[in-house]
Amino acid sequence: MNSVFDQALWAVGRGSGVVAIVLLTLSVLLGIGGRSGRAVFGMPRFAVTLVHRNVSLFSLLFVVVHVVSLFLDPFAQLRLVDFFIPFLGAFKPFWLGLGTIAFDLLVVVTITALLRNRIGPRMFKAVHWLVYAMWPVSVLHAIGNGTNGREPWFLVLAVFCVMAVGGAIAWRLHEDFVEYRNVRRQETR
Amino acid sequence: MTERKVTMHIDWTRCDGRGLCVELLPELLTRDDWGYPVGRGGSEIAIPQNLEYAAQDAAALCPTQALRLHK
Repeated sequence: MNSVFDQALWAVGRGSGVVAIVLLTLSVLLGIGGRSGRAVFGMPRFAVTLVHRNVSLFSLLFVVVHVVSLFLDPFAQLRLVDFFIPFLGAFKPFWLGLGTIAFDLLVVVTITALLRNRIGPRMFKAVHWLVYAMWPVSVLHAIGNGTNGREPWFLVLAVFCVMAVGGAIAWRLHEDFVEYRNVRRQETR
Repeated sequence: MTERKVTMHIDWTRCDGRGLCVELLPELLTRDDWGYPVGRGGSEIAIPQNLEYAAQDAAALCPTQALRLHK
């Protein structure tokens, strides 16, 4: 292997990780927006669901590019076991382990989401809640493990992502989150 | 060609009134005052042939899997 190819793998590996964080953030926002039952982001409700699905699949695609390119790249010293079992890494094992946990959770969440209509809503929902663990763990992995993770431009991006998801969760917890919540509640009084 | 009638069943124990089906089948469904779908035929809604694909989308995308198609 020549060094130009190694440099390319290294650059693609880091860049795809940053893109994956942005797409995962968008996906969480679309998911929470869809759960509200409202036509958010200027789209009809079914479109919010479909865009949420597609953005999620694209985020998984970028995560796969991220881990495969760093697996092939000699700098990262990634081994196959690091894809599945956390905290065994040769380099920054704790921060890499967080990435492993996020990757495993993302795979499980994606599989159960694609099989949603077969496994039933209760199982789907129980597994899908893992996203609330997966997303923060992936952001911590990006900051802790990323070569540029503590540079100002990435921290600004991370702060924007955290504020966006934090705001969405605060809205999610608000009593008027679900559409028609008010009229439905009045009826049961 | 054999004539077949497609109907869509709404499972009210599952329906949460999220409104996706009403967007996909505006010809057949409206929302009541609480956001739940209302159609002619109550829980069993007859689907005309030209709306079969829309009905399949509605059943597949229903967030609570409350819609079932019968042929």
